[in-house]
Amino acid sequence: MAEPLLTVRNLRVEFPTRKGSLVAVDDISLDIAPGEVLGVVGESGAGKSMTGAAIIGLIEPPGRVASGEILLDGRRIDNLSYDEMRKIRGKEIGAIFQDPLTSLNPLYRVSKQLVETIMTHMDLTERQARARALELLKEVGIPAAEERLDHYPHQFSGGMRQRVVIALALCAEPRLIIADEPTTALDVSIQAQIITLLKRLCSEHQTAIMLVTHDMGVIAETADRVAVMYAGRIAEIGPVQDVIKRARHPYTEGLMGAIPTIGGRDELLTQIDGSMPRLTAIPDGCAFHPRCPKAHFKCHTVRPDLIGNAQHSASCWLMESGAAGGASDTAGSEGGR
Amino acid sequence: MGPIERTQDNLARFFDGDIWHSFRTSPVTVVATVLAVLMIVAAIIAPLITPQDPFDPAMLDLMDAFTAPVWSQDGVWRFPLGTDDQGRDLYSAILYGSRISIGVGFASVLLSIVIGVTLGLIAGYVGGTTDAVIMRIADVQISFPALLVALLLNGVLRALLPGSSQETLALVVIIFSIGMSIWPQFARTVRGSTMVEKSKEYVQAARVIGLSSRAIMFRHVLPNVMGPVLVIGTINLAIAVLLEATLSFLGVGVPPTEPSLGTLIRIGQDFLFSGEWWIVIFPGIFLALLVLSVNLLGDWLRDALNPKLR
Amino acid sequence: MTDALLKVDNLVRHFDVSPPWLNRVIERKPKSVVKAVDGVAFEIGRGETFSLVGESGCGKSTVARLVVGLYNPTAGTLEFDGMDISSGTARSRNRGAQRRMQMIFQDPYASLNPRWRVIDIVAEPIRFNKLVDGDAAIKARVGELLEQVGLSAADGEKYPHEFSGGQRQRVSIARALAGSPEFLVCDEPTSALDVSVQAQILNLMKKLQRELGLTYLFISHDLAVVYHVSTKVGVMYLGRLVEWGETEVIFNAPRHPYTRMLLDAIPDLEMSGRSRTPVAGEVPSPIDPPSGCAFHPRCPLATDRCKAEAPKPVSVGAAMVACHAVEEDRLPEWHG
Repeated sequence: MAEPLLTVRNLRVEFPTRKGSLVAVDDISLDIAPGEVLGVVGESGAGKSMTGAAIIGLIEPPGRVASGEILLDGRRIDNLSYDEMRKIRGKEIGAIFQDPLTSLNPLYRVSKQLVETIMTHMDLTERQARARALELLKEVGIPAAEERLDHYPHQFSGGMRQRVVIALALCAEPRLIIADEPTTALDVSIQAQIITLLKRLCSEHQTAIMLVTHDMGVIAETADRVAVMYAGRIAEIGPVQDVIKRARHPYTEGLMGAIPTIGGRDELLTQIDGSMPRLTAIPDGCAFHPRCPKAHFKCHTVRPDLIGNAQHSASCWLMESGAAGGASDTAGSEGGR
Repeated sequence: MGPIERTQDNLARFFDGDIWHSFRTSPVTVVATVLAVLMIVAAIIAPLITPQDPFDPAMLDLMDAFTAPVWSQDGVWRFPLGTDDQGRDLYSAILYGSRISIGVGFASVLLSIVIGVTLGLIAGYVGGTTDAVIMRIADVQISFPALLVALLLNGVLRALLPGSSQETLALVVIIFSIGMSIWPQFARTVRGSTMVEKSKEYVQAARVIGLSSRAIMFRHVLPNVMGPVLVIGTINLAIAVLLEATLSFLGVGVPPTEPSLGTLIRIGQDFLFSGEWWIVIFPGIFLALLVLSVNLLGDWLRDALNPKLR
Repeated sequence: MTDALLKVDNLVRHFDVSPPWLNRVIERKPKSVVKAVDGVAFEIGRGETFSLVGESGCGKSTVARLVVGLYNPTAGTLEFDGMDISSGTARSRNRGAQRRMQMIFQDPYASLNPRWRVIDIVAEPIRFNKLVDGDAAIKARVGELLEQVGLSAADGEKYPHEFSGGQRQRVSIARALAGSPEFLVCDEPTSALDVSVQAQILNLMKKLQRELGLTYLFISHDLAVVYHVSTKVGVMYLGRLVEWGETEVIFNAPRHPYTRMLLDAIPDLEMSGRSRTPVAGEVPSPIDPPSGCAFHPRCPLATDRCKAEAPKPVSVGAAMVACHAVEEDRLPEWHG
């Protein structure tokens, strides 16, 4: 793999409460290479959005990064001051959120919001910035961009608004974009358009994308690698094809079976009983063990770390014995990362 | 689970909950609550802790009039806060007077809650013309100061009542006037929350079951819109106490034979500059503390019940 | 064909979204009407699952609400087991029909009254319809229902906020079953849930259908879910059904260009690398829908006739399709 653009090492995010600290993200490590799309998938409460928020330094207080490091291009960014982080946000890391309405200021014309952002991060005159704003709107596929530039956000439809948000994230040509559920609020046909757009941007500009979503389908279409999260930890990480077709963690396996597909028509879907534990009651040992059909004694008491090779690993004790889903076709385990 | 376990369960929940925590960590609120509770309790048990019934003319002696508080030269222990022009013990008069003030306050807020919440619920749930009529009336009324409305209602009602019943019904009249002057606030708030709740799916579920609008309004929607009512109710309790005091101060409130805090202040202000300052100052302080502590309690409730501020 | 439990004919529902009267007069704005449902007709046979699928604003949820009587139709007829339920008055004449149908809602956080215990929530239809007498008997019945949906009888003492989203949806299903209905209208029952929980709920709904012989009207935007649960499917676009018929037929041999577009837009989990036609455009505003066939601005096959004339549904094989291209037999092959 090329030199990673973003490196996250042993990240831990905590929320102090009256009754002790809640751990929303627990010891997460991952890399993103330039031009790579890393999918982060998980169900609500898995800590996927919190991981994204930690990277762009936007965790709502009282939440905080309790330990670990975040490096962008080898430089630590998790301990920067608010002002320093603000410069990085937008310039080097762009953000796209689920609800395009809340990402745009309803009182300002789109042109103003774009031009302001461009001028904050780039040394351009207002005229040049406006020209760039127009270019960006065209790039994200907004028809009649000259005309739409001076419209207000409410004059755009949902899908078009999300395109504007993407344009806003692209203003300063960031090298990394954190996209948190960018297609969740959109209809399927619009979702497909936005996915296509993100993929194109990624390949044309060598922008790395961390795509946070609950939708395995979106990941399958878009991502190069995927990290499956469960209860604040990475359950499994690896190339998309491998993870989807040869899932190693019983959770990933269950998750894949739970997704209804067209064509494969079974009477019943595979179901994982129970639900994601609340942060206040994360089980001992492997957090998934109460729902796991393959749990054995060790899983109840000892928490597994990622086991596997540099490409594909899962935090499951079954990986040790090689009994996990697709572990057999991976030649030679190089041990934990 | 029996009713006792349920109550225990609910109590445990409450003391473990965020509201209790927010209460405990706000010293101002704790002091205000203690003060308000003390004042209200003192008013309720007034006959037990006062030497005199100031409403009983037989117990008053004009010879005792204008006695100064106990710590001044002419003070006597029998009248710790001094006496007024009728020879009433001020300490007793304040507690008895606060009974009327607080009683009228509670009763009129309760009345305005019943009227305001019912009309607000109906306006919000039924909508359309009903809503428009109710809310326009509320809008018109809210554009006049509550005091003016209360004065007007008070005047009209007194004029309508036969002279003989005026004294006996004075309290009822004043409760009605105050209650009718503050209901629009409740109606507005409840209408707003009702419209929000109405669109929620649990209300639609109740409609699919086939429940009548009345059952849905009072059994489903009402419990969910009472939070803000509690807040406004508390703040309006202070306002109602003040309104009563103002009406009594203006001489249109409760009869002077049974003085409330406002009446005492009115009586006292005649003597403020002739040296008998205590007659106005002590009831004034009591009234101010009462209103302030109830207001502080209301402010805290508003913050504690608002999840956005927590 | 099985005998129809629900017959819907020419169902129309308009919403008046005009500005207030004063603004209309002063700003000279015209009255505006949204044709949320504009002439929908279908039948659901006993024991079937009929799904309505489409993008937001297509009117599928409005149809659900019309069927259970949350809205009254502007025009058209609704018939349940031979009883007319087209209007409020007809409904009150046929009270029996109302008890026999229930609804499951989308948002498990809003569909349960937060101030009520689960036992009271589930008992409400029982008490209202006086199905069981006495508190002990009601409690026993509620316990039974809770166990039927995979909760425990002791959960009745809890409040909704003590449950996860999936468990709340189970409570919602228990409430719907409490009135012993034959017909359930399910409005996006799993779209607020996580996939693993969605699988639990879909499996539960199938189990209940088998055990209790339920008939479902299922509303969803998720084609894969619809494929999984339904026996018949109707695809809606801007207030109209554009194609409907047996599930296998619709999914394996879709004819309407919109159905094809929807199927093409589903992310490909198999990653077979199949080529997909890029999806163009967005759903237009239902206040001012396009002339003729409402889909023509996005349709690759649109002709002048499509712009001018709304297509009538025609029967093709086991499906009904409303499309001029199908009628004129100029439809390209489906890649399938």
